[in-house]
Amino acid sequence: MSLLNLQLKVWRQNQGQPGHFQDIQALEIPDHASFLEMMDIVNERLIQDGGDPVAFDHDCREGICGMCSMTINGIAHGPEKATTTCQLHMRKFRDGDTIWVEPFRAKAFPVVKDLMVNRSAFDRIQQAGGFVTVRTGAAPDANSILVGKEVADAAMDAAACIGCGACVASCKNASAMLFVSAKAGQLNSLPQGQPEKNRRTLGMVRQMDKEGFGNCTNQYECEAACPKEISVRWITKLNRDYALASAKEAFVGVKEHAEGGD
Amino acid sequence: MSAVFDSLSRFYHSSIGKKILVALTGAALLIFVLGHMIGNLLVFVGPEAINEYGHMLQTALHGGGVWIARLGLLAAVGIHVVATIQLTKQNRAARVDAYGKVASQVSSKSSRTMIWSGLTILAFIVYHLLHFTVRVGNEYGNKALYSYDLHGHTVHNVYKMVIDGFSWAPAAIFYVIAMLLLSSHLSHGFSSLFQTLGLSTHRTEPLFKKLGHAFALLILVGNCSIPIAILVFGYGR
Amino acid sequence: MSLDSKIPSGPMALRWSKHKQDSKLINPKNKRKYTVIVVGSGLAGSSAAATLSELGYKVKCFCFQDSPRRAHSIAAQGGINAAKNYQNDGDSVHRLFYDTVKGGDFRARESNVHRLAEESVNIIDQCAAQGVPFAREYGGGLANRSFGGAQVSRTFYARGQTGQQLLLGAYSALNKEVARGGVEMHTRSEMLEVVVVDGHAKGIITRNLMTGKIEAHAADTVLLCTGGYGNVFYLSTNAMGCNVTATWRAHRKGAYFANPCYTQIHPTCIPVSGDYQSKLTLMSESLRNDGRIWVPKNKADIGKPAAQIPESDRDYFLERKYPSFGNLAPRDISSRAAKDACDAGLGVGPGGRGVYLDFAEAIGQFGQKTIAERYGNLFDMYEKITGESGYKQPMRIYPAVHYTMGGLWVDYNLMSSLPGLHVLGEANFSDHGANRLGASALMQGLADGYFVIPTTIAPYLVTQTPGSVTTSHPEFTKALEDAQGRTNKFLNVKGKRSVDSFHRELGLLVWDKCGMARDKAGLTEALKRIPELREEFWSNVKIPGSGAAANPELEKAGRVADFMEFAELLCHDALDREESCGGHFRTEHQYDDGEAKRDDENYCYAAAWEHTGDLSKPKLNKEQLTFEEVHLSVRSYK
Repeated sequence: MSLLNLQLKVWRQNQGQPGHFQDIQALEIPDHASFLEMMDIVNERLIQDGGDPVAFDHDCREGICGMCSMTINGIAHGPEKATTTCQLHMRKFRDGDTIWVEPFRAKAFPVVKDLMVNRSAFDRIQQAGGFVTVRTGAAPDANSILVGKEVADAAMDAAACIGCGACVASCKNASAMLFVSAKAGQLNSLPQGQPEKNRRTLGMVRQMDKEGFGNCTNQYECEAACPKEISVRWITKLNRDYALASAKEAFVGVKEHAEGGD
Repeated sequence: MSAVFDSLSRFYHSSIGKKILVALTGAALLIFVLGHMIGNLLVFVGPEAINEYGHMLQTALHGGGVWIARLGLLAAVGIHVVATIQLTKQNRAARVDAYGKVASQVSSKSSRTMIWSGLTILAFIVYHLLHFTVRVGNEYGNKALYSYDLHGHTVHNVYKMVIDGFSWAPAAIFYVIAMLLLSSHLSHGFSSLFQTLGLSTHRTEPLFKKLGHAFALLILVGNCSIPIAILVFGYGR
Repeated sequence: MSLDSKIPSGPMALRWSKHKQDSKLINPKNKRKYTVIVVGSGLAGSSAAATLSELGYKVKCFCFQDSPRRAHSIAAQGGINAAKNYQNDGDSVHRLFYDTVKGGDFRARESNVHRLAEESVNIIDQCAAQGVPFAREYGGGLANRSFGGAQVSRTFYARGQTGQQLLLGAYSALNKEVARGGVEMHTRSEMLEVVVVDGHAKGIITRNLMTGKIEAHAADTVLLCTGGYGNVFYLSTNAMGCNVTATWRAHRKGAYFANPCYTQIHPTCIPVSGDYQSKLTLMSESLRNDGRIWVPKNKADIGKPAAQIPESDRDYFLERKYPSFGNLAPRDISSRAAKDACDAGLGVGPGGRGVYLDFAEAIGQFGQKTIAERYGNLFDMYEKITGESGYKQPMRIYPAVHYTMGGLWVDYNLMSSLPGLHVLGEANFSDHGANRLGASALMQGLADGYFVIPTTIAPYLVTQTPGSVTTSHPEFTKALEDAQGRTNKFLNVKGKRSVDSFHRELGLLVWDKCGMARDKAGLTEALKRIPELREEFWSNVKIPGSGAAANPELEKAGRVADFMEFAELLCHDALDREESCGGHFRTEHQYDDGEAKRDDENYCYAAAWEHTGDLSKPKLNKEQLTFEEVHLSVRSYK
């Protein structure tokens, strides 16, 4: 194990106020430490020295909860492919490196403090249709809905999204298309999701637009930054599903039936 | 009726709807660019070929064809430009504080400069139309100087206009620069439109990417060959 | 107060049906008048909040994370058990019930376990209908695997992310209800206190973690779905934010804490590499299907590259001690065997706290490609963390705290000894006894939330006038003042040591004295040290910043302060239970071969501890456990 001396440029900001970069020395960091453990060490020293520790989001520290959210050297979750910040280890850096540590920047992700951002826009998008309407207890036997292995595997690929927001942070336009497409795509590709497919697609895309995310320009930085390697092909599917849902809405519409049917 | 228009307006004002329009108009312009290039390359066949082509365009549908095409192209360019400017403004607004350290992993320079290549191409189109179509500040519209006898009909001498037009170095250079940017624009736009229209798959995406680059190169070489041949190698002069 | 577990009478297999039949119902029009507070948004919390809202109750749900989807249920890898018998391999509700009671080392409540096994089949139906992408066969039916040494294949899974997918399913149900207006979701809100009015839980006090605002919320009943207390050990596989605060605060207000000493250790975790370490990472124990566990026989070989140690100088200790189960011996047994090897000075890696998990033979037999297909994600995870490749050299593993079976005592209706306070999922004590089987935690969380509480909440609510207590009640005012006072107290200590340094010290102490193996002397010492440490904490902790904004150090301080108190109860319980069972191993109580020695004559009870106001003198209440269906026997895995 070797020790690293690093120069951090960390974004400091209080809610609703302008932010700035602070230079912080991170000395004698064990290269076996994770990036967040490096931040722990830095904070421990800041506290000892009477400073203000850097606030950052984190929870499971095993790459699944999606809470950690740092843009490291301009890349969401840092330079290692398919890795969340919490799983990024310091052995990927060299002694003497300067490291830029910034929040996931997007208007739709307002800064709470320092590196913590508010990602509740994602929850609201999910509330706009990211579900199958089924009451508890109303489900048929699980094996009465057959789902081909390929379809189930593809849905699982989309469902692996951890909702961290790296796609938004890495997108040149702060677009949320990868997230929304993975969430809508999982359900839109399963038989269980078919009855509400159009409603879901329109609802989620409209909420996404309302939240102030940017627009996808097909540059695929999202896919490159995604810790779960969600494919941009889900965006292709969302584009298609949205076009079809819009056409259906415009030209066929929904006929309102009186209670009790016709 | 109004329900349909409400829905269409909603479609246009949505992120994906607007992009789909950009993709559709982009597809139309892409086809135009290819046709336009093939037509122009007739300059290498000789005066008769390109002048006959020019005459055919002018007289198709009793002269109405060219106007239908012009209005169609104008609409396509108009929608393409207005929608992309709106999208770009939204994109800028979607990130308030810029990153201190900016990095890219996979996006191409072309994809990151679409708005600038696009706006430059727009400026070029205006110049190009003034230069060869409206013929402002030149004598290309002078029937006495630029007429050609095509099987007994007197038609506009497109061939001479092109040779004269590109014999002036600044015009040829601007033209080449514009084609470089157009090529950059196309190299991203081509495969991008398949993605936006929901037509890419894991299998076809790499193919569309390669085709896009090949197409951009084709347009670049084809279109630049004319001014370079004329200015540098003295073709037709 | 006596413990009335409200277990229905009659034949075991009919009790739950009978109970549902006998439970009072609430008219749909009246349901709307009741408000239910749900604290926690993991499997139990999300499923309960969504289902209660579907039924018509007004629900307020709280979580400390920035989204309900991030609760730590998300990290469960392996799978979820259900007695579907889709494999036609002889599984049944009774067999799942039997395995769970036996696996729990006869310290669970039989009736609850039977109900759990009954509801397991409904969970799978529910989740499949929500669009949870379970693994499938080519024909489109659900796939199963055998898990944790079970003799039938009853585990449903979604790659190695079953917990994530089930939680996202419950989260989607929750979103559906938030959108409908049935659930009011409060994220980044930490519960600081339960408010008790006239002996009933009628609300909570929370702190908004973004603004620092301390708020009061009233309801007709409160559900705690706040998970386990594994982070009392500082290093565990739990998320950093997992804490005991909600259950501990409730305990202080009258809810009994049952069996805290039942803590589960997971054998296949990545070892500690240095004192900066913040958490331990679990790798699915499916690795043990193909990996062989060993340590060098001779101390002289420690530190040598594994490849240089000849076969004859390796001790495959699990295969040696447990020939029939070998490397697949149950979690507690495997864990202790690894500890024994390291205690004997034969451990490998930094600090000598690790044993090898070797895939060389499996790679030789099946090829690296097959092994990569089976465990590729785990090998990648291991390499990311350690910088070593498990394909080229043996992995190093060591046990870590993973799950806590103990929790607030609840009756058959999931109500604690504090009337109006219900406790679901890992936060309660009821279903796993002294040891939890693999793929059973997800089952319990969802059974409690989707299918049990929606029925068992009514018997309490019918006794209550809806909306009778509001936040203007003096008890709320007092609780608000107390919470604010406590926050100020933290900030005013202005000492020298960080919260983390205290937590780390506490964790080391508890792990050392009350971890995988416990004895009277160690526990007695811990009981002396913990109050001293707590005292130092309150006089020397240093918390920068203010209470009026986001302040992660302040959040941690609140949690650690409660762990400091809870740790003492944990050690009291471990000291009191003079036997070894499941996740509780007292070195004084073992057979000659080192196996756990249960004492059914004297300790066949759930220890429900009552807060007396004096942390050093908690009062023990016993719920005697009776075994009518599964007869008490020695749990042998030889």
